[in-house]
Amino acid sequence: MPEPVKNQPVAGWGRYPVHECREYRPEKRRSIGDILGERAQPNYIARGLGRSYGDTAINEGGGVISCLRLDRMLGFDEATGVLHCEAGVSFSTIIDVFLPRGYFIPVTPGTKLISIGGAIANDVHGKNHHRDGSFGHSLIEFELQLPSGEIINCSREQNAEIFWATVGGIGLTGIILTAKFRLRKVPSGFVTVDYLKTKDLDGVLSAIHESDATYQYSMAWVDCLASGRSLGRSVLMRGNHVGPGGLPAAKRSDPFNMGGRFSPTLPFDFPQFALNPLSIRAFNVVFYALSPGGQGVITDCDRYFFPLDSIHHWNRMYGKRGFVQYQVTVPTAEVQAIVEILQAVAKSGKASFLAVLKKFGQGNEGLLSHPIEGFTLTLDFAVNDRLAPFLRELDKTVLKHNGRLYLAKDAVMTPETFRAMYPRWEEYKALRQRIDPDNLLSSSLSRRVGLTP
Amino acid sequence: MSARGVVVIGATSAIARAVAQQFAAGGCAVIVAARDQDENEAIAADLRVRYGVEGHAFAWDAEAFDTHGAFVARCIETLGDRLEGVVLCSGYMAEQKAAQGDWSLARRMIDVNYSASVSVLERFAAHFEVRRSGFLCVVSSVAGDRGRQSNYLYGSTKAALSIWCEGLRNRLYPAGVHVVTVKPGFVDTKMTWGTVPFAASPEAAAKAILKAIDKKKNVVYVPWFWRYIMLIIRHVPEWQFKKMKM
Repeated sequence: MPEPVKNQPVAGWGRYPVHECREYRPEKRRSIGDILGERAQPNYIARGLGRSYGDTAINEGGGVISCLRLDRMLGFDEATGVLHCEAGVSFSTIIDVFLPRGYFIPVTPGTKLISIGGAIANDVHGKNHHRDGSFGHSLIEFELQLPSGEIINCSREQNAEIFWATVGGIGLTGIILTAKFRLRKVPSGFVTVDYLKTKDLDGVLSAIHESDATYQYSMAWVDCLASGRSLGRSVLMRGNHVGPGGLPAAKRSDPFNMGGRFSPTLPFDFPQFALNPLSIRAFNVVFYALSPGGQGVITDCDRYFFPLDSIHHWNRMYGKRGFVQYQVTVPTAEVQAIVEILQAVAKSGKASFLAVLKKFGQGNEGLLSHPIEGFTLTLDFAVNDRLAPFLRELDKTVLKHNGRLYLAKDAVMTPETFRAMYPRWEEYKALRQRIDPDNLLSSSLSRRVGLTP
Repeated sequence: MSARGVVVIGATSAIARAVAQQFAAGGCAVIVAARDQDENEAIAADLRVRYGVEGHAFAWDAEAFDTHGAFVARCIETLGDRLEGVVLCSGYMAEQKAAQGDWSLARRMIDVNYSASVSVLERFAAHFEVRRSGFLCVVSSVAGDRGRQSNYLYGSTKAALSIWCEGLRNRLYPAGVHVVTVKPGFVDTKMTWGTVPFAASPEAAAKAILKAIDKKKNVVYVPWFWRYIMLIIRHVPEWQFKKMKM
């Protein structure tokens, strides 16, 4: 019997673009091979929890293979902290199961609602990149089903070339079935956070430079509507895991219990008029004013790492047409780019609710892995008719400073921009041609940037 | 060692997996049984890693009737007195049109949905009857409540299964052994993927199933409102029903 398929519009977390796809959701691991073998669709892309913002995990007119029902944990080694699980397991589930046992995710983005497959395919990073690198750093090996149907093991030793094409390779080398990676031993479910408000961009950059070495986690929220002398004024939030001894007395006996959390749902799309320069300015001013300036603020991991996860469907805030998240990374020496981008944004009045600034440590060997040593700035923009030309202008600034955009967020970049930003694209494409000569794997993004026809 | 144990048959279905997880979350040892042993192993490993319980993977092929005796003996031997009950979720649905013209498909539905269930559960029933404790929870279907042109071959196998459950419940009542008949409506599984407009999650279905076992319910619809949908469908007079397109 053919594998059941559901025809439906699918989008990334930014809800732009939305494409008509044929979605599969296998419940047995061998069904992935069956689906690829049927060739009922022109091509396929794997999908996890759909938290990539743009079009990496959607496939217009083609197949999307949801891995969410392939979410079995297969083994855990207490001695080494290595977890072996299927690609559909979410960070959220891992935290539920392992935080009470004293383990946390080694590297996590700002949401725990992502799958292991997605974490590998986008080589995700987090607030500790300056110290611990991206997810690929904790990854030991994975099992990959190639477009030919063959299943291979990939690690730094075995099929290393395919390993580094897959880490950050946005799902075009095969379908990740299972993976082994190290969890981090933590002393409690809490982080001690030091806040620092800075008056301008120089202030935050020098604070990052001086203090990143003493904090495992560090990121800054930037008021992207501030201009002139206040350009880049920020709240820097730096944290370290804290042991039971550092917790308030009431929490010491149960240091891994984060307690419950109020999780409201955003019930509908915000109308277009709710999102205007005035309301965003008001939000930014209030956020800056209300940010705690304290030191040693004890915060549970959920609130510190995943502040937005508690609001279901927060992506509706940007209205029906969706939004684009624009994450740009420039080498340390090109920090002037951040100034230019913030100036352009402040001038345009297109500011986002939250802009985030972080310093990256060294990148890895992933052919399309995003992080490079330098600064990364993340901005949200509501989609409207004037957005694309504005982003094209920003792209020019980024290119001028040898920067690059993060594919997991991108929804608009052109093939020319992509090739300039990811110079190893040729190696990647050559390897892909070898393992996927029929282009059985393809996504809306891979066609947009010219990686697949 | 877990103090309680259950057997989940047809364990690779989404509902069964959720049932196994919820028993394991409650500290139960679980025997995971289905035809595909690789999948059994993955599900059993998942129970061990997530919940720290015993998880066993036993191959069980519905159509291999002559292996059922040994399978039941092995389950009883493995869990011993800890064996509290059995949840049967195995099932097979061929497309109605295809099965009308292909006896092998119709026969397979009869074999898997009815004959195999009787074959394996009568053996557990005999064990529980002698021991004078235990439960049998059987996942049937709302499709067995009325024969419809779009699904009557499948539906009739489930109807037979539901009637068999009634008789077994009646027989085992004096022995203190309880039989639960579960009739799922639309649950979000491979069977309904892409074909129905709304569906309950397998986790919600499993929660209702465990509650029904705990409260010794006789017949439960999952989700609950299907009881009323089927009540209406069952009460349409036959002279009218035969003209309808359902």
